[in-house]
Amino acid sequence: MNKKYHWPGESRFLGYLYILPGLVIYLLFVLYPVLETVRTSFYRWDGFTVNRTFIGLQNYRQLLIDHQFLQALSHNLIFIVFYSIIPIILGIILASLLGRRRLPGMTFFRAGLFLPQVISMVVVGVMWRWIFNPVFGPLNAFLKLVGLNSLARPWLGDFTLALPSVGIIGTWVMYGFCMVLFLAGMQRIPEDYYEAAELDGANEIQQLRYITLPSLRPEFGVALITTIIAALRVFDLVYVLTRGGPGDRTLVVAFLVYRAAFQQNRIGYAAAVATVLTLIILLISFLILRFQSRSEE
Amino acid sequence: MRSWARLLPNYFLLTLFLLVVILPILGIVLSAFKTNQEIAKGPFSLPARLSFDNFVGAWTGGHFNNYFRSSVIVSTVTVAVSVFLSILLGYAFGILSFPGQNLIYGVLLIGFMVPFEAVVIPLYHFLNRLGLVNTYWALILPQIGQSISFGTLWMTSFFRTAPQELVDASAMDGCNRWQTLWHVLWPLARPAVLTLVVLFFMWTWNEFLLALIMVQDDRLRTLPVGLAFFQGRYVADIPRMAAGSIIVAGPIVLVYILFQRYFIRGLLGGAIKG
Repeated sequence: MNKKYHWPGESRFLGYLYILPGLVIYLLFVLYPVLETVRTSFYRWDGFTVNRTFIGLQNYRQLLIDHQFLQALSHNLIFIVFYSIIPIILGIILASLLGRRRLPGMTFFRAGLFLPQVISMVVVGVMWRWIFNPVFGPLNAFLKLVGLNSLARPWLGDFTLALPSVGIIGTWVMYGFCMVLFLAGMQRIPEDYYEAAELDGANEIQQLRYITLPSLRPEFGVALITTIIAALRVFDLVYVLTRGGPGDRTLVVAFLVYRAAFQQNRIGYAAAVATVLTLIILLISFLILRFQSRSEE
Repeated sequence: MRSWARLLPNYFLLTLFLLVVILPILGIVLSAFKTNQEIAKGPFSLPARLSFDNFVGAWTGGHFNNYFRSSVIVSTVTVAVSVFLSILLGYAFGILSFPGQNLIYGVLLIGFMVPFEAVVIPLYHFLNRLGLVNTYWALILPQIGQSISFGTLWMTSFFRTAPQELVDASAMDGCNRWQTLWHVLWPLARPAVLTLVVLFFMWTWNEFLLALIMVQDDRLRTLPVGLAFFQGRYVADIPRMAAGSIIVAGPIVLVYILFQRYFIRGLLGGAIKG
């Protein structure tokens, strides 16, 4: 597929003219800050004084025993259950129940299920803060209505329930995305596969296990990467709903970076946390993409 | 008739999942039309009359008019510049050939894997030295940088699939590279570009962390940050908070309804933006 060649009389450097403006902005405002974050993570710095103290890996060594960081990271890992695992399971269940049949009006349902994807997470946060509101919120009002008064809680203020309450919002945002993704994938599977399987006497479960699930591998890849990265990067929701509280019970890594860098002026420490977060995200994306490309062979 | 009956469980299931998405949104929309007294009566009552007082209150009293202006300026500039630069980048990597091409392409792609969290700390100090903190530029320039990272990937994969015969014929007709791009390939590129426009618009309109950190002047705040601060100050004012939420989400939902196909294509196409 070597279709690229130079036209007669054309400079081989012509391409630089096209990429130059974009590349300059990218290098200055994305790549340079990324590298600078990594560099800063080897220093102790308060952000104001000119002097930074080089302390090598000390920030990283501290992270390994840092209670706040480990707690925040564990919360992000729990969010993977809510953002990734539950939505993917729901998506697969719905897709397999609906089957391969094209339904009239599907565009409408698809548009509705996808809606949380386009709304600002701040709006989503404000909305759910209202839902969880202990006095005016519909959740407690509903529980009272059906006689389950005893279950009513100050959801976001409760030490054990705050984290799953924030997490369930992630499920709400993500499950429609997963459903639409898997439904679209199922349209791609050739009908003869199923006909052949039926001739061989495979039942529905076997068809799901041996045809549907393996064929949906690319969709699993997209779903996993999108949802896991979202779970690891949660910031807006926590900022709006709890600011990490009560008592750091909903603290997440991105909020820790913000708090350390912009409220506590521990710039080096915050840079180390940000670097670790980025490495985790890159590592997970890499692993999923590798798993993907290997399965395509 | 029989086939309808068979489809019924499917529709029941879809409706159920759809309701879980829609009901909370419907609840907040209804709250935006209620008075504080009506809110106190409980969440399941309907507003007595269709009054836009809360919207007016949020728009002027809550400064949402300022936030809206900021969001429109930042989004328009970011999206327009990012889309234009992405087309040029995609064209260069997909059609042209130049030294160091693959290396530069790889470097550009890093940008959409790294989250803003990894960028904001030095970015703040860098923009501060340039005197750009507390200006729209502090929001526009970094978002252009990150958008074109994804835009390069997206437009390059489009231009790689563009028919080579067209490019050859264009050379034969005496067009130069610039003319080939805008006269020959542009008509084909429009759907891919439109997808890019809606994705960039959504990302920029909803962006929160950067706007939270780079701008402290209330008049320059964008809608998501404005809403977050508003709800921090007036926790109990649910009707106005709901109205503010609708002002923030309204434009993007409108664009979504109009260009639904492009949104879903972009997001399903593995748009794993960091």
